[in-house]
Amino acid sequence: MSHISIDNLSVWFDINEGRVDAVKNVSLRVNQGESFGLVGESGSGKSTILRAIVGLTPTWSGAMAVAGEELGRKRNRAFYKKVQMVFQDPYASLHPRQSVDQVLGETLKLHGAGDVDERIEKLLADVGLGPAFRFRYPHQLSGGQRQRVAIARALAPEPEILLLDEPTSALDVSVQAEILNLLSDLRHEHNLTYVMVSHDLAVVSHMCEKIAVMQLGEIVEVMTVEEMREMKPKHPYSRHLLESSLGYKRRTG
Amino acid sequence: MSIFNSPERYTAGWRAWLLTDTPTSRNHARIASFYQGWLSFRTNPMAMFGLLILALMVLIAIFAPLLAPHDPLVQDLANRLQPLGTDAHLLGTDSLGRDILSRLIHGARITLYIVILVALIAPIAGLFVGTVAGYAGGWIDTILMRITDIFLAFPRLVLALAFVAALGAGIENAVIAISLTAWPPYARIARAETLTIRNTDYISAIKLQGAGPFRIITRHIWPLCISSLIVRVTLDMAGIILAAAGLGFLGLGAQPPSPEWGAMISEGRKFILDHWWVATVPGLAIFLVSLAFNLLGDGLRDVLDPKDSGS
Repeated sequence: MSHISIDNLSVWFDINEGRVDAVKNVSLRVNQGESFGLVGESGSGKSTILRAIVGLTPTWSGAMAVAGEELGRKRNRAFYKKVQMVFQDPYASLHPRQSVDQVLGETLKLHGAGDVDERIEKLLADVGLGPAFRFRYPHQLSGGQRQRVAIARALAPEPEILLLDEPTSALDVSVQAEILNLLSDLRHEHNLTYVMVSHDLAVVSHMCEKIAVMQLGEIVEVMTVEEMREMKPKHPYSRHLLESSLGYKRRTG
Repeated sequence: MSIFNSPERYTAGWRAWLLTDTPTSRNHARIASFYQGWLSFRTNPMAMFGLLILALMVLIAIFAPLLAPHDPLVQDLANRLQPLGTDAHLLGTDSLGRDILSRLIHGARITLYIVILVALIAPIAGLFVGTVAGYAGGWIDTILMRITDIFLAFPRLVLALAFVAALGAGIENAVIAISLTAWPPYARIARAETLTIRNTDYISAIKLQGAGPFRIITRHIWPLCISSLIVRVTLDMAGIILAAAGLGFLGLGAQPPSPEWGAMISEGRKFILDHWWVATVPGLAIFLVSLAFNLLGDGLRDVLDPKDSGS
């Protein structure tokens, strides 16, 4: 039985009488413990699917279920204990006036944790930050450190599923690798299910076993990472995406 | 040479403790960020000047009975309308022979009382209305902001006059009237800030922890609105003092024997041509305090603006 199942999901935004269809009739299945990648160009609706799962988009139709439970219009706290999300831009996802301690402490309290002090130190250690970072404010942290804090916040309720919305695209290359390694370590340690959005095929092929290619709000193809590595996509758009990710080829002659 | 008897070493230790990038406890972090704000505030000489005047005024208000050379209410008709620099009356006397300096010193208490009460009521009411309207959106937003518009459409002093006329003259009613006319701009600012804050990722992130709207507004939106409100309050203080003085001048604020600065100007008006100091001295006091609040507000804006100091 699949951990996340989405059937005929459509998400749209009403903007000044007009309607933008961000996601059109998307269906996908993610199994427990799997790492699932969503790739596509900007505006193809990848992030919108994640936001719809956690209930941040009010206008959607279709059916979504997480761990066998059908999702309605509102999400309850039990849902957020199971599903957490890491946002794209660590500069925007931390409250500018709250220290790391406040961010993690409030999260833990909201989920009813008792031993907040110990849990905060453990979370910081889990994401590779020492206790020295506990009382710092976001402006005293680098981009990579901020993203580690954001990951710690997402891990605080001990979720089963982590939704990753381009978690490394705002970071520079060396830090990207650190964060990706951290994420794959955490996945094995905590037995997490990942749904990862990215426009970077290298990142997705490093992290994910199954990959869905999106274009203009639709999933055009779902393939395994082996199929992708062997350059065997069926859909012309996925092939185009793959080829362009290989970079510029000099014509010799 | 030991560390303990070297004062430089000792203060350097304190500074390092205050300026550290790695605070070791919640209070340490709070004190350190406060101290860093103070350091950047201190570099602004005009703001420091404003702060100095206001600190002096607070001290004067606290120790008014000790500082005032005379009783501010005792009349001495034989010595009425004495000019500046008269023996025992440094700033002269008014039309009933009361010592103007003593009245000014006691009047500082009334001015401070008005300012503090208005500064507590108006911004908090405005913050509440504005953030609720901005966060809730929809019809709640429409209703709250149209009410705000109605209040904004009246000239401030005229509306305050109407309230005082309805409630009766007196200093408490003047405070209520000024607060009632002063909250709408705060609501506007708070709403505008809320609209930009509510769609940010850090608000989404706390929603994903299951936080309800009440917690999001009070814990996450208020702290970000408060700094711009504090700045606006200090800039508005001058206007509030002037409105209170205006009500006093019109006889609707503080009532006669009380040494309120606006009421003192109003009394001096009758003799302004022959005995100019009676109205001018309290006028200068109002000017000085208003100026001090404006300078302080400018300095605080530089320190508190989250766009500058946040990242």
